[in-house]
Amino acid sequence: MRLQLSPELEAFREEMRTFFTTQVPQEIRDTVAAHRHVSKEQYVETQRVLDAAGLAVPHWPVEWGGRDWTPLQRHIWREEMQLANVPEPLAFNTSMIGPVIAAFGNQEQKERFLPKTANLDIWWCQGFSEPDAGSDLASLRTTAVRDGDDWVVNGQKTWTTLGQHADWIFCLVRTDPGAEKKQRGISLLVFPMDSPGVTLRPIELIDGGFEVNEVFFEDVRVPAENLIGEENRGWDYAKFLLGNERVGIARVGSTKSMLAEAKQHAREVSVGGRPLADDPRMAARIAELENELLALELTALRVAANSADGKPHPASSVLKLRGSELQQAATELLVDIAGPLSLASFADDGSDVPDWARVATPHYLNYRKVSIYGGSNEVQRTIIAGSILGL
Amino acid sequence: MNFDYDSEQDDLREAVRGLLSRAYADSEQRRTVVKTDPGFDEKTWTRLAEMGLLGLPFAEEDGGMGAGPIEVAIVAEEIGRVLAPEPFIETVVLAGGLIAAVGTAEQKGELLGGISEGATIAVFAHAEPGTRWTPTAEGVTATQSGDGWTLTGVKEPVPSGARADVLIVSAAIDGGTGLFLVQGDASGLTRTGYRTHDGTRAANVRFEGTAAVALGAGGDQTAAIERALGEARIAYGHEAIGAMDTALRTTAEYLKTRKQFGVTLNKFQALTFRAADMYVSLELARSTALWASMVQDCGGDVVSAADRARLQVSRAGRHIGKEAIQLHGGIGVTAEYSVGHYTSRLTAIDHLLGDGDWAADRLAATVTSYETVDPLGAPYA
Repeated sequence: MRLQLSPELEAFREEMRTFFTTQVPQEIRDTVAAHRHVSKEQYVETQRVLDAAGLAVPHWPVEWGGRDWTPLQRHIWREEMQLANVPEPLAFNTSMIGPVIAAFGNQEQKERFLPKTANLDIWWCQGFSEPDAGSDLASLRTTAVRDGDDWVVNGQKTWTTLGQHADWIFCLVRTDPGAEKKQRGISLLVFPMDSPGVTLRPIELIDGGFEVNEVFFEDVRVPAENLIGEENRGWDYAKFLLGNERVGIARVGSTKSMLAEAKQHAREVSVGGRPLADDPRMAARIAELENELLALELTALRVAANSADGKPHPASSVLKLRGSELQQAATELLVDIAGPLSLASFADDGSDVPDWARVATPHYLNYRKVSIYGGSNEVQRTIIAGSILGL
Repeated sequence: MNFDYDSEQDDLREAVRGLLSRAYADSEQRRTVVKTDPGFDEKTWTRLAEMGLLGLPFAEEDGGMGAGPIEVAIVAEEIGRVLAPEPFIETVVLAGGLIAAVGTAEQKGELLGGISEGATIAVFAHAEPGTRWTPTAEGVTATQSGDGWTLTGVKEPVPSGARADVLIVSAAIDGGTGLFLVQGDASGLTRTGYRTHDGTRAANVRFEGTAAVALGAGGDQTAAIERALGEARIAYGHEAIGAMDTALRTTAEYLKTRKQFGVTLNKFQALTFRAADMYVSLELARSTALWASMVQDCGGDVVSAADRARLQVSRAGRHIGKEAIQLHGGIGVTAEYSVGHYTSRLTAIDHLLGDGDWAADRLAATVTSYETVDPLGAPYA
């Protein structure tokens, strides 16, 4: 057992820190730090800066831009990026469809899609969830029927995050309705969002924003060559992809940055003539959250530093569950520090209420999502109870 | 960085586990042992000494093994796993740690050698009625008399205080808190032992002009006490991890076998979710306890790291201890069944050197003095 990073890793951490804080435009990092919506242009600009430096897809195969890093290097890369308030490379591209195409796509698909996916020349969205198939993804009903050289897709997807920006969708469709198990008979198709028959409808959320959408398919014709991997094996690819989705989902760096921000504001808000940060109850609440976050970070490091045989570390199942809870707790802390100021949520720039307090409640409400997506926390508990405790 | 034990540490763990699982093969064996004084098994104590465990952290020239805090943590976790009542942390980590830190060369050679051989049980008499978890002493005062000192006042509760051969006593002196050695047979020393709720022993220890010798060079030792308490808090954290691990495994096993309404309890999602949350608490606490030992090992800020581990372990211990009983139902509160004893010991650990609220308050006092906690940077590494 050894606490310190090796000199090489210490230098690596410094290199990442320097890059993220000097090469990604300050204005974009300020937007993230202020919990304002990051625009499509800002995402694209950031990812191209990262891709040019070989930092957009370090976990991909080397042939397609990967860096062959250890899990610990990847952990440091991600944490430093979050601490510096850099918008992370678009997960739909870099953690989801990219690795699936690299692993299961044919050579033509790899050449066609991977470089553009890494550089965000194609913006992907995810077509998985349906109104009756959320956590129970295998119940999906969208169909694809073979007609000559095309698949004809009909059905509906929902919760399609940032679909309004997307150029392409990767979509789970039912290709064999007669399959014995509902997990069988599902395939993975990719197609442009401007294909005839695709309609996107934004869903307004309780924070006043539009980041998810419903997507409807009516006789959408998809060329057969856009099938990824083998027909009826889509479930395996989805599991592979969702496994990747949970990597880095603890978001320790991001929560750490929020707690640092909360402390700063708690010093500025005055209650009864003294800073809120000096109120023992508030100080203890912050201290407890910082300690919970430390425990989570150490668990993430334990998992990342574990070199054993490529099997997932049992404690990795804790990361998504606790990570989402702490992200939510940090947003709640910021709302409570803002107190009455938080009511000025939609005041314009003429307001005397500072920006951080105005954005606090929408951010808190928006973050209710993190314990729902990526396998809800109840799904995570089921996994822990079943596969770790054998219950 | 690396959170895994090396092969020698794995071997140590297997050896300790083997010894303790023979000594305490089931909870009935432990119940038998803790029923009679001194509340632990002298033969097991001797075997621990023969294995070199009682001299683990001491320098080889003082009769020890020259190992470090990771090895101590391994032993503590195995002790917690079976609730072994032997006073390992009290004698080796706390009293031994103080002697190693401030004792003269002669005191170290004699006392640490005796502890390592299993011949001397030393404990730290520090807690006083009316104060809680401070590194200083008020209720016992030390007065210089000729070449030596005399002590007056009361210490309570003192873990294993009646059985101890030697007491390390904290006492108020001019300008601070000093540390003193008192022999168990000193005149003016009265010890009244009793059972504690977790089956171990504690004592009321009364000093009436009791002859004492200064430990080391004398003077104010508050900083050394604070540090030794921190190291003991980390070790108790590992003991608690071992206890929580067993409590969780016992509970999971019970859920798989106990039938109600015609099915085993693990068919009820409400119960399996609670067990899953116990696992989350355990693994987060384990990470923090391991980290604190590594901070100690690399010479970082032990006191602060110990507070962080204490807070996490305390919260986890309360959670897991209470849920282990609840998920067992009535059998969980019976003395014949093991799981309630785990909860009792976890509760005792909470109150020996500082509970979660206490640790949170200490961390809260400095929370605005830094921006973020970096477990791999200063002041920890």
